[in-house]
Amino acid sequence: MKKYFKNFSIELFSAWILALFWISPLLYAFWAAFHPNEYAIHFNVLAPLTLENFIEAWEQAPFARYFFNTFLIVSSILIAQFIVCTLAAYAFARYNFYGSNILFAIILIQLMIVPEVLIVENYKIMTNLNLVDTIFGVGLPYMASAFGIFLLRQTFKTIPKELEEAARVEGCKLFGILLKVYVPLAKPTYLAYGLVSVSYHWNNFLWPLVITNSVDTRPLTVGLAIFGAPESGVNWSIISAATLLSISPLLLGFILFQKQFIQSFMYAGIK
Amino acid sequence: MFKNNLSQVYAWLLITPALILMGLFTHIPSFTTLISSFFSTGTKKFPSKFIGFENYELALDDPIFLEAVLNNLWYAVATIIPSVFLAILMALFVDSKIKGRVLVRMAYFTPTILPMIAVSNIWLFFYTPEIGLIDQIAINLGFGSQNWLGDKETVLNCLILITIWKEAGFFMIFYLAALQNIPPELKEAAKIEGASKYYFFRRITFPLLMPITLFVVINATLNSFKLVDHLFILTKGGPDNASNLILYYIYESAFSFLDSSYAATLTVILLLILAIVSIVQFVLFDKRIHYR
Repeated sequence: MKKYFKNFSIELFSAWILALFWISPLLYAFWAAFHPNEYAIHFNVLAPLTLENFIEAWEQAPFARYFFNTFLIVSSILIAQFIVCTLAAYAFARYNFYGSNILFAIILIQLMIVPEVLIVENYKIMTNLNLVDTIFGVGLPYMASAFGIFLLRQTFKTIPKELEEAARVEGCKLFGILLKVYVPLAKPTYLAYGLVSVSYHWNNFLWPLVITNSVDTRPLTVGLAIFGAPESGVNWSIISAATLLSISPLLLGFILFQKQFIQSFMYAGIK
Repeated sequence: MFKNNLSQVYAWLLITPALILMGLFTHIPSFTTLISSFFSTGTKKFPSKFIGFENYELALDDPIFLEAVLNNLWYAVATIIPSVFLAILMALFVDSKIKGRVLVRMAYFTPTILPMIAVSNIWLFFYTPEIGLIDQIAINLGFGSQNWLGDKETVLNCLILITIWKEAGFFMIFYLAALQNIPPELKEAAKIEGASKYYFFRRITFPLLMPITLFVVINATLNSFKLVDHLFILTKGGPDNASNLILYYIYESAFSFLDSSYAATLTVILLLILAIVSIVQFVLFDKRIHYR
């Protein structure tokens, strides 16, 4: 009993110390954001709480517009990815067509070459397509995803063919089969892939930075980077407030659906 | 499943949207990057012309590029080793039945879902000389003030610390998945044999985690060449390029120095590095399957 207790407490103690240490930068940002600026570097339990920093941040930069842009970018990418990847994944899972293996290998190259690496040429292509500084231009390079095709293909392959044949007998055509058989049975994969995609694009910075140059198209990350730049002369508490504002939807989602988030990242990574 | 001509047409129609989009933004630009790297950047006076390998010779003689490559290598090694170590530790903590493990897991994992830009904003203040948190602690302990991000000696390690903070929790979940897959019979057998906890870890758990470690290391390596967001907030590659990384230098070459051909040349070199890492992954994973 004594030995058990000893082991137990050392493990518990170090796990919690590490956890506190790990979360402290974020807790610190909360502290700074909810207190007047003079308390940002002077800890005082009795320091007055305030929402002033959030109000200032919201007024000093068009965060409402940035939120709207990010929302549009993230949701348009997600919808397009679901459609494009479902169609391709179905073809790779169920059709035995000429060149399918080579094509699949060619598609998987994208796992290595993400659009961020090709910013120079992709910017030229967007210039030619007249899509520089458009929301559509931010999302377009990500709409076909090798990762999504791969995940969905793996899932579709596990679905019994008899189900598809039964649906065919019932008179379902191709899209009916996809919508009534494959999509519902692959729901966990869509959820996992969706969460990974949303958090990736909510956080994405380099490509949006290159392709946007106005308030009407900039996502939160780019807006936040401009807002926090030392040249802007904004004080630390307000930057903390702006930072928390821009991560709050994702953070809230994560806290509420922690299990799904972690399982999705796990599932998507291990496949 | 289907093998007639009509189904061939269907299959191709189904993959066409993916092929067009991917070709347009992955395969074609990779190819045109290669082409542009053999040409000079055109200006009004001097239109672009074929110059063979001149850009590559320039790159290999460019001290800034060479520094960025060396920085990137150190950045990769110095983030991966501590991240893997911490990730294993975190996974062991969360996997054991301690009190409040859900909260502990959340604390470890939260940095992963934050954007690098937000993370940089938070850490920027820690590193600020004199009023920043690290300096305050250092001064209170009797050490002098230090310009962490302004000093060539410390700047890259400051970035490394942030990356470890952000990535360790992400790698933790893969180890967690692996730990949960270890058959409980092994643990019971070890208990009967009287093996110590440490012995069990060294002889059973750790070897079983090796495939995951390989996966994590490869992915972390690829990441260290692809993620440069924090440089935009914290250092802009400075001071004196001491924290410059390859992808950031590509961005600078293309969009600050407006030399797109040179940027294309650097991109080709970066793609080569990524390809080599990926091939290593492929070969190693292939071997692992043969062993089974």
